[in-house]
Amino acid sequence: MVGALNAALRDAMQADPRTLVFGEDVGALGGVFRVTEGLQDEFGSGRVFNTPIAEAGIAGICVGLAMAGWRPIAEMQFDGFSYPALDQVISHVAKYRERTRGRVAMPVVIRIPSFGGIKGKEHHGESPETYYAHTAGLKVVVPSSPLDAYRLLRRSIDDPDPVIFLEPKSRYWSKEEGELATGGPGLGSARTVREGDACVLISFGAMVGRCLEAATALAGEGIECSVLDLRTLVPLDVEAIAERVRATGRAAVVHEAPLTLGMGAEIVARIVEEAFDHLEAPVLRVTGADVPYPPASLEQHYLPSTERIAAAVRKVVAY
Amino acid sequence: MSIETAADVPIVRIVDPDGTVVGDDDVGLSVDAKRELLRSMIRCRRLDRECWALQRQGELTVYPPFEGQEAAQVGSASALAPEDFVFPSFRELAAAVVRGVDVVEYLQYHRGTWHGGPYDPIASRFAPICVPVATQIVHAVGWALGAKLDGSGACSLAYFGDGSASEGDFHEAANMAAVFGAPAILFCQNNGWAISVPASEQYAAPIAARAAGYGFPGIRVDGNDVLAVYAVTKAAAERARGGEGPTLIEAMTYRIGAHSTADDDSRYRAGPEVDAWRERDPIARFRAYLLGCDLIDEAFVGACDEEAEGWVAEIRSGLTSLGAPPASEMFDHAFSDPPATLERQRHERIGNDDA
Repeated sequence: MVGALNAALRDAMQADPRTLVFGEDVGALGGVFRVTEGLQDEFGSGRVFNTPIAEAGIAGICVGLAMAGWRPIAEMQFDGFSYPALDQVISHVAKYRERTRGRVAMPVVIRIPSFGGIKGKEHHGESPETYYAHTAGLKVVVPSSPLDAYRLLRRSIDDPDPVIFLEPKSRYWSKEEGELATGGPGLGSARTVREGDACVLISFGAMVGRCLEAATALAGEGIECSVLDLRTLVPLDVEAIAERVRATGRAAVVHEAPLTLGMGAEIVARIVEEAFDHLEAPVLRVTGADVPYPPASLEQHYLPSTERIAAAVRKVVAY
Repeated sequence: MSIETAADVPIVRIVDPDGTVVGDDDVGLSVDAKRELLRSMIRCRRLDRECWALQRQGELTVYPPFEGQEAAQVGSASALAPEDFVFPSFRELAAAVVRGVDVVEYLQYHRGTWHGGPYDPIASRFAPICVPVATQIVHAVGWALGAKLDGSGACSLAYFGDGSASEGDFHEAANMAAVFGAPAILFCQNNGWAISVPASEQYAAPIAARAAGYGFPGIRVDGNDVLAVYAVTKAAAERARGGEGPTLIEAMTYRIGAHSTADDDSRYRAGPEVDAWRERDPIARFRAYLLGCDLIDEAFVGACDEEAEGWVAEIRSGLTSLGAPPASEMFDHAFSDPPATLERQRHERIGNDDA
């Protein structure tokens, strides 16, 4: 996935000379995850540059650069270090278009390596998606696979509105065969990555892969699950969610973030509003716990496991 | 208030409070341009007082007055070139006037008919009114970096207050401006008060002195001396254009009025302090200077007053005829292409009706 994201940045920078890439360590080092590797050599230190360690500053200069006609692509080094930028993101990046009565767009992408599962230190396993999804004016994108990461990042960079692009760190080293392409489903479209009529597992990011593992295990028991990869949390593809629930009558939502007020709460509410009459069982949530992200030795107890996902599916199927 | 005497940063001053010239008053301004500075300050003060009245009459929601700060704003804004870009906070109506921002559109913000950017920020080179304290300084640095990358030769100017300089965003902006060599002017209007907190409780060393720590010049200027403000801002803009990077200007001025129409300043400051600053009024000072130099006569001042009356009456009339925008507009601008979930919310509230 790192290579796909790197290619997306390179191709976007070649396609549009107004794009800029900046953040902490994105220059000679190529970013701590190497997503920006080689870009400074290719595009120069004018378009690819290190910033001081100043996340509010990084988000804030996005606003000024966008006003000056540039397309900023900023990197926050880690999820847990992105919080100082929240004021700039919430108060300006998200609101500028509305505040200026539509006159000033914010074609800004803020990439944030996010989520857990890499046995990281504290502050390196955060799931910040709800903070952003709850902020009107932002689009929130979470890729689950390398090819889709390429497509989604290209589409995010081309988008006229600000996009928070949350990269699942645990999938950075995942591989996928295929051709990098920008075509196909864009922002706001979920995709069914596995068909099955017993239940739909609704997820995003790294947990899509875990849902697929659970679905494979369940298939051995004769339970065929559908897996829906949301891809973007804003816009949320409510119609795809409702369609899958209508088709299966049963659903479980899977994410890494804590249970309470996570995306699962929103998705279940949408299901109730849109497909209540089709439900054969309560919708379950398989999520992280309502605790700070735990130390490495405990993260397997925090993250949704294949077993916990499978158990939830068995429960809704048996209801 | 004893900031001026406590400062170990010298204050740039050209004209004393009584109008006496104490510095080089050849700042590159023609006689007409000097007259224009006075005319601008007179009409801006008249507008400011009108806005206070409009709020009391229920025509504006809340209004933050700038009386006493006319020289700081008019002097600095007049020193910029048309292609430069201003990033205001929320008290810079006088700067907006100088930059040619449509005043009725600007005041929509205080009327509550739209948010911070009701005018065209790009066309007027004046960013949206910015309430989150100090955040606009970072925007100005970003814009300046963009101008530098474009090689446009333009600079940005961020207005902020003494209270804003305590925010982390001030520091991040100043440091980034220095590191990037951004053509930005960080213009602090030190008006002595952050709502009720006096400057003495806000910082322990002159704000201008911080610039040395970032690696660029910091200048303290008499913010009620319009010529001095013009001169230092002009010099900072020339530095920026010349590729020499940012400048911090700390204009020592005073907020004669309350923080806003919602504030009661009698709870935290005494009348004599305000009266002492009235004695240093920027308009009276510059008028005395121009009269003393025979650059204007009393008739000119009278004509300015009269012209300001007519101008403000037009603004008042334009403003009071402004109603709420169509409710549907609330849904129009959050996204370039509103998501289906948002379109549904629009429809549920107002159907297809546009009112």
